[in-house]
Amino acid sequence: MNSSEGKLKSSSSELDLDRPNIEDYLPSGSSIQEPHGKLRLRDLLDISPALTEAAGAIVDDSFTRCFKSNPPELWNWNVYLFPLWCCGVVFRALVLTIGWIIFLSCFIPVHFLLKGNDNLRKKMERALVELICSFFVASWTGVVKYHGPRPSMRPKQVFVANHTSMIDFIILEQMTAFAVIMQKHPGWVGLLQSTILESVGCIWFNRSEAKDREIVTRKLREHSQGADNNPLLIFPEGTCVNNQYSVMFKKGAFELGCTVCPIAIKYNKIFVDAFWNSRKQSFTMHLLQLMTSWAVVCDVWYLEPQNLRPGETPIEFAERIRDIISVRAGLKKVPWDGYLKYSRPSPKHRERKQQSFAESVLRGLELEEK
Amino acid sequence: MGNSSSMLTQYDIEEVQEYCQNLFSQQEIVSLYQRFCQLDRNAKGFISADEFLSVPEFAMNPLSQRLLKMVDGLNFKDFVAFLSAFSAKASVQQKVKLIFKFYDSDGNGKVSFNDMLEVLRDLSGSFISNVQREQVLTQLLKEAGYSKDSYLTLDDFNKIFGISELKMEVEVPVD
Repeated sequence: MNSSEGKLKSSSSELDLDRPNIEDYLPSGSSIQEPHGKLRLRDLLDISPALTEAAGAIVDDSFTRCFKSNPPELWNWNVYLFPLWCCGVVFRALVLTIGWIIFLSCFIPVHFLLKGNDNLRKKMERALVELICSFFVASWTGVVKYHGPRPSMRPKQVFVANHTSMIDFIILEQMTAFAVIMQKHPGWVGLLQSTILESVGCIWFNRSEAKDREIVTRKLREHSQGADNNPLLIFPEGTCVNNQYSVMFKKGAFELGCTVCPIAIKYNKIFVDAFWNSRKQSFTMHLLQLMTSWAVVCDVWYLEPQNLRPGETPIEFAERIRDIISVRAGLKKVPWDGYLKYSRPSPKHRERKQQSFAESVLRGLELEEK
Repeated sequence: MGNSSSMLTQYDIEEVQEYCQNLFSQQEIVSLYQRFCQLDRNAKGFISADEFLSVPEFAMNPLSQRLLKMVDGLNFKDFVAFLSAFSAKASVQQKVKLIFKFYDSDGNGKVSFNDMLEVLRDLSGSFISNVQREQVLTQLLKEAGYSKDSYLTLDDFNKIFGISELKMEVEVPVD
């Protein structure tokens, strides 16, 4: 009697997918038809499990849910609040302008005049970047509560956080001058990236380039080993998610041989939906939207640093940290790779389902022959 | 139906409800509309194959390519009509009819040996050989009283599936 298990368990050597086994998460297993006794024509023709799964995905799926932005609540629009709101916007624009003036008038001289004295220059540039970030936060009437011990500048440690918008970086940066790894953007953001952010030591990557991953991993490793580099901040999700879910973490940050310090960020949705839906809005529009809402209220938790446990793979390590962050920030975990926003799933998943089905048919046939 | 980005009027909802034979409640139709607009990214009034495939759970399904032939380019009314077979209120016959339509991709009312073989191939991939697939299908057809050259009609499908339970239900999330 054939007693082999129909369901496939992948070994941990299948790490080239850069993600753990999705089958462990998804509630499916419904593509497997269990023929009771003899295999009949009906069993072969009955595609209802697979059809149902497909229809279920059409009606609602956990991946699209991660990137759904909330429509703005209109509770705060009425005659009384409107003039107040207008004043608020004007005031905030003023604050931001003043901030930029102060920043540029200090940064440019410091950057050029102190070329020789690197240490002092770096210290001052760090302080100035922290300053401009504070101005940014003020321009959105940001109310940020930081919990936990502030990040310290030690070598061999990296910081990871969940990602909702590029403003995550600004909110964290106003407290500590992190070096961050970012996608290079076009336009004025790109300009800022190449000038100001260079000074805190940022690393660039390009999602669309395949070989890029190895180069980036090398740069990350070099940076984290350096003693007087700014602490490295990484967003392992690789893309912006809507602050209610967390997608799978890429393992790059977890195989650098460093301590990983998790940071959880949670925005209060009542005031504004801080999720930057890059498919719907440019960053400029996103910032404007933030500046014209009432406030950006969020909590930032600096959580306990973690190390790779003996016998733990980098992927398991990444999942453990994702657990810690998701629990703290109240996020639901989904088993998807954020990059599926830009590409199709690998054919391996379909093949697993096909294998299950094939095995159950063959098993049914064997039962017949008995 | 009007521009996708606008709201549905009560008339629209009732029209769609009638079209899908009352298999969905009005709330479900509103939810389905929100989903439709979410998938139809540039408000064209239909969802393209590419947009369906951007849902990873759908793209991973072995039947997705064949299913796309049925759902690609549907407007909202037909989209709801398609999904109505998955409603809890749908009868077994309505579900069997959808399964039949799925097999009968050229829509001529007859399911051939090849049609069934194609679907089997989608479901089992490279894990069963072509020869074995043909063997299994031929044998099971014979046992059910058909031959390799038979064309199955909807009536045949109804006979094969009988009145037994068909678990083919999808819940429409209602906010």
